[in-house]
Amino acid sequence: MAETLLDVRNLKIAATVYPPGEKPHDIEIVHGVSFTLEKGKVLGLIGESGAGKSTIGLSSMAYGRGGVRISGGQVLLNGRDILAGSEADLRGLRGREVTYVAQSAAAAFNPAKRLMEQVIEATLKHGRASRSEARARAVRLFRKLGLPNPETFGDRYPHQVSGGQLQRAMTAMALCPEPDLVVFDEPTTALDVTTQIDVLAAIKEAIHATGVAALYITHDLAVVAQVADHIMVLRNSAMVEYGETRQIIEAPREDYTRALVSVRSIEHEEKRPTPEPLLKVENLTARYRGTDFDVLKNVSVELHPGQTLAVVGESGSGKSTLARAITGLLPPSAGRIGFAGRVLSPQMMDRTRDDLRELQMIYQMADVAMNPRHTVGKIIGRPLEFYFGLKGAAKRRRVIELLDEIELGEKFIDRYPAELSGGQKQRVCIARALAAKPKMIICDEVTSALDPLVADGILKLLLALQRIEGVALLFITHDLATVRAIADAIAVMYRGQVVRYGTKSEVLTPPFDDYTDLLLSSVPELQLGWLEQVIAHRKMESAGG
Amino acid sequence: MTRIPLSALIGLFFTGVYFFTAVFAGLIAPYGVADIVGGVWEPASSQFLLGTDSIGRDLLSRMIYGGRTTILIATAATLLSFVTGSLLGFTAAVVGGWVDQLLSRGVDLVMAIPTLIFALIVLSVMPVSIPVLILVMGLLDATRVFRLSRAVAVDIAVMDFVEAARLRGEARGWVIFHEILPNALSPLVAEMGLRFIFMVLFISTLSFLGLGVQPPLADWGGIVKENKDGIVYGVGAALAPAVAIATLAISVNLVADWVLNRTTSLKGGRNG
Repeated sequence: MAETLLDVRNLKIAATVYPPGEKPHDIEIVHGVSFTLEKGKVLGLIGESGAGKSTIGLSSMAYGRGGVRISGGQVLLNGRDILAGSEADLRGLRGREVTYVAQSAAAAFNPAKRLMEQVIEATLKHGRASRSEARARAVRLFRKLGLPNPETFGDRYPHQVSGGQLQRAMTAMALCPEPDLVVFDEPTTALDVTTQIDVLAAIKEAIHATGVAALYITHDLAVVAQVADHIMVLRNSAMVEYGETRQIIEAPREDYTRALVSVRSIEHEEKRPTPEPLLKVENLTARYRGTDFDVLKNVSVELHPGQTLAVVGESGSGKSTLARAITGLLPPSAGRIGFAGRVLSPQMMDRTRDDLRELQMIYQMADVAMNPRHTVGKIIGRPLEFYFGLKGAAKRRRVIELLDEIELGEKFIDRYPAELSGGQKQRVCIARALAAKPKMIICDEVTSALDPLVADGILKLLLALQRIEGVALLFITHDLATVRAIADAIAVMYRGQVVRYGTKSEVLTPPFDDYTDLLLSSVPELQLGWLEQVIAHRKMESAGG
Repeated sequence: MTRIPLSALIGLFFTGVYFFTAVFAGLIAPYGVADIVGGVWEPASSQFLLGTDSIGRDLLSRMIYGGRTTILIATAATLLSFVTGSLLGFTAAVVGGWVDQLLSRGVDLVMAIPTLIFALIVLSVMPVSIPVLILVMGLLDATRVFRLSRAVAVDIAVMDFVEAARLRGEARGWVIFHEILPNALSPLVAEMGLRFIFMVLFISTLSFLGLGVQPPLADWGGIVKENKDGIVYGVGAALAPAVAIATLAISVNLVADWVLNRTTSLKGGRNG
């Protein structure tokens, strides 16, 4: 039996909420969670946003984010109850015995200081090592984490390194004081999929090499399965299931865990291309004003009526620019966009009302895609009024029909966007697009900001609506699991070019080109030992490496 | 409807009293605005509640009529500056390009000249009447409203919902009035309270300098000017308009604060 490092007993956390128009009051956001962590082990905390993952993670440093208080229970670190500790005790503890790796390294580093200064800062403050010893240690960590030129890496400023490297530098910062416990709070979530597995592999390697214990917080079960020894599944501020990683992913006991494990189990039969494509993009080249390089280079793709074309690629590959060029927001410098048998004018301003109506768009961030001062009824009703001249009762009837189609119902008609959940907001955006009776909808990363189960619901809804309304979907995403689930055809983009294009079965069948191979192999799979296999078989370095 | 906070109630009360007396000045004021009814600088008495002014007119009546002039000019000028300033500001933000450049640089040019001096020069060549005063003050102040509304609208214009409206093919007017205006209202309302107060101060300053409201018409700045010599002899007549200006300024701001809180509530500002 290994030694227990962290023992959390019946932890309760409360926060004060300030609802508009009501008196501030306290709500409990974590209801009595208990777990233990042994020395040198990794515990994965997994759950949807709002499940209390980060709050629990931070409580192991006896820290509560703004407005959050630990209201009950005990947190024993090395046998000491740290909740009872004074400010001075906690200062000695944080950054020395427990360290923290935040989700956004870009926001967590001070842009005005060199990386080395920041990486060794806590180590020096706590007197864990002399300056030269700390620097040597940092360089060793940089090497272990696979950072380029470890000797000089620390001389750079945060903006001079890539996102993946910054995240690794932050891991080095956390490991430098040789703590007993590191809290990783979604360290790879903000990274591109191909970069994510490099960072993941580096973190896993570093954890094993230093023998530190870790709490690994994420919403992605496949990611946590690669690094954790145990997994705790959280939902609505309470524990759902706790067990060994193998048991959780191979034999989950609870329904919710089973749902998480089997997410993206959408059945979708690939449709054959029709003779006449709806959208025919030919040799599209585009650049942003004031720049001197093409963001899109000679892109040609086709989308057939009632089908789904998935455009995949990392951030910066030109996926969203393609959407902007098709909608006419960014007029292309060369190429042609054929749509429903006619040629669309490159400028949005020159298009007819029908051109605009038949080509709708759904955005990634549903919050900012809807006017916060309009009700759901006005948001969905406006296209009806604008394109079809519907008014009064007729408009209201149609809005209710659309609300039923997106599985929300009439009671939502007078709500404001702020009164909807993330998934509901995205549904309203779908209804707004449908209201125009479009032939094609561009979906720009529509599920990226959503929790897996909610995203699943949105995808199922889109596919169902596609069947009923016969609308074609241009689906822009970086998530290959989504692509596998819903696409009929796939275009893989890399640095502004389409590197692979065809029907889903063609694109996903080997032999692959190097980039597609890298991209496909980078999608975390829910399988033990997957990470090691992938790292061993890669043909190409990721862009962030 | 939630309870109105005490500060807003106080603000509403005083603002209401001032506007009420301004509107019904003719019914409330005990004497005519230019009638000489007593001696010079008589102290407060039951006959003259605030005493009399430098040539024996009833100070309370002059204060009431003066409030009417001051509040009328300030309100009209504020409305003018907000309508022109915010319309031009929103247009600059939504249209962008050379239209934005032209408007913004033009506004920079006007703002480069101190407002008071600009107004004094314009008023020295124009006939000084109430409509001219309103026009000069409103347009000069519109430059500041333009800056604010353009800055606010530029932030809103890049949001996805504005892009969605443009992709729908909406006209510029719709984008400005339905997408941008409701979201820009809170900062504009807060600014409106502040600008109204600046207008009161502005017209008072102009009148004090003799280029504002012309005698025998009364306004608060003019009353200060007429009675300022009395201060040397210990006559407090000049303080009455000063107190009026201060209380009006504070109470309008209390109201503006409350309105701002209400409109920034997340539910679209209707039931917060």
